[in-house]
Amino acid sequence: MQDNNLLIVKNLKKYYKKGEIKALDGISVTINKGEVVCVIGPSGSGKSTFLRSLNLLEVPTSGEIIFEGVNIADKKVNLDLHRRKIGMVFQQFNLFPHMTIMKNLTLAPMKLLKESKEDAEAYALKLLDKVGLADRADAYPSELSGGQQQRVAIVRALCMKPDVMLFDEPTSALDPEMVGEVLDVMRSLAKDGMTMVVVTHEMGFAKEVASRVLFIDEGVVLEDGTPAEIFDAPKHPRLQQFLEKILV
Amino acid sequence: MNEFFDSLVLWLQTAWANLSDQFYVNFIKANRWTFLWEGFCVTLKITVLAAIFGIIIGIIVGMVTFTHKKTGKLKFLNVLFQIYLTVVRGTPVLVQLLIIYFVVFASVDVDKVLVAVIAFSINSGAYVAEIVRGGIQSVKEGQFEAGRSLGFSYIKTMWYIIIPQAVRNIIPMLLNEFITLLKETSICGYIALNDLTRGAYIIQSRTFSPFMPLIAIALIYLVMVLLLTLLVKYIERRLTKNAR
Repeated sequence: MQDNNLLIVKNLKKYYKKGEIKALDGISVTINKGEVVCVIGPSGSGKSTFLRSLNLLEVPTSGEIIFEGVNIADKKVNLDLHRRKIGMVFQQFNLFPHMTIMKNLTLAPMKLLKESKEDAEAYALKLLDKVGLADRADAYPSELSGGQQQRVAIVRALCMKPDVMLFDEPTSALDPEMVGEVLDVMRSLAKDGMTMVVVTHEMGFAKEVASRVLFIDEGVVLEDGTPAEIFDAPKHPRLQQFLEKILV
Repeated sequence: MNEFFDSLVLWLQTAWANLSDQFYVNFIKANRWTFLWEGFCVTLKITVLAAIFGIIIGIIVGMVTFTHKKTGKLKFLNVLFQIYLTVVRGTPVLVQLLIIYFVVFASVDVDKVLVAVIAFSINSGAYVAEIVRGGIQSVKEGQFEAGRSLGFSYIKTMWYIIIPQAVRNIIPMLLNEFITLLKETSICGYIALNDLTRGAYIIQSRTFSPFMPLIAIALIYLVMVLLLTLLVKYIERRLTKNAR
């Protein structure tokens, strides 16, 4: 195994109803450190299921997910320890509504990493400042706009100092005018060298930021290549169809 | 006209004399009010203790049934608790009280207050369990996922993230359950336990006048329920104010 491999997915399968529905039908992918992988595909293709399997929010039917050398799909593994290193951002933000922004950000570092309150708050404030929300530290999530909440959600994941960030359609629940501010944060994150796996419908973002694009349909990776290969010279007919439909 | 007034005044005078006489006979004479006072204390004691144990039982049962539904674990406990919930919620609380007193404790000499506390705790616990489970279920699934994805264990996610949100939904319903509990304790007389209702009954059996003692305890129950209702409203306001 190369040192560079952060996440190796081997023959990942997720079946529902005893195999009647195959959400994932044998996906094998290797993700290297520093890569920004965008996952595209029609709705219902299994791309979200694939992403959610990477930190075992969806328990796969079979297959291996080797994260930093450990198969975390193995039931004997203490998953919680590995999840700390895998940040996740959800479509619906999922901030904790009963806590201030600052408490949202410091809860996990303090309780899980045993950071002191001062350290956790200082780090959170630094990141919050980076996304332009340092002045909202004492607000509650419901007092923020969707775009602001999603930026906070990204910071919340970053506060655990993860080695990889998973984004599950992070801009799909946002009003159009707020999409840009969230993509900006993700763009600068990519620039800083964070390994990212992004399920998205934002083709512009995928083209510009991704180092690699996966096209998933019916639970399999149909094409895997650079943005140029995927968008400018698609080989698989289904990908060609898909791109025709969305890039009008 | 004068005649009418005279007769009205006379009627009022007799009525008043009658009432004050009744009041004297039912409450003052032979210190009969102590039946109500002691009964009130017993009712309060049973309600408060049953509420506390009911909460403890309810939280345990509610958490277990929820956890089973969510994760499929704790199968055995879940089956046990489902039977408990079905039986307790499917039979009258009076029958449960009678069974515990006359069947379970048939051959043991046991304090009746204790029997009532046990019966009402078991009964109330079942209802509290459903309230707890419903309250936890009403917290959005995304909150679980956010907690777990940060690396919190199931229990820590529950403790730091889910339960604080569930409590907001649970507390008003819980207080309503205790209003019901308070009123239901009035059946304690069936096991010859001298609660508030039986206090009135004892007075009535000595004075042969049901009006005063029954109206008195009705008022006492009413005032207690109204106070609890005020508390519910106050807490609901506080909770919605802080809910963001």
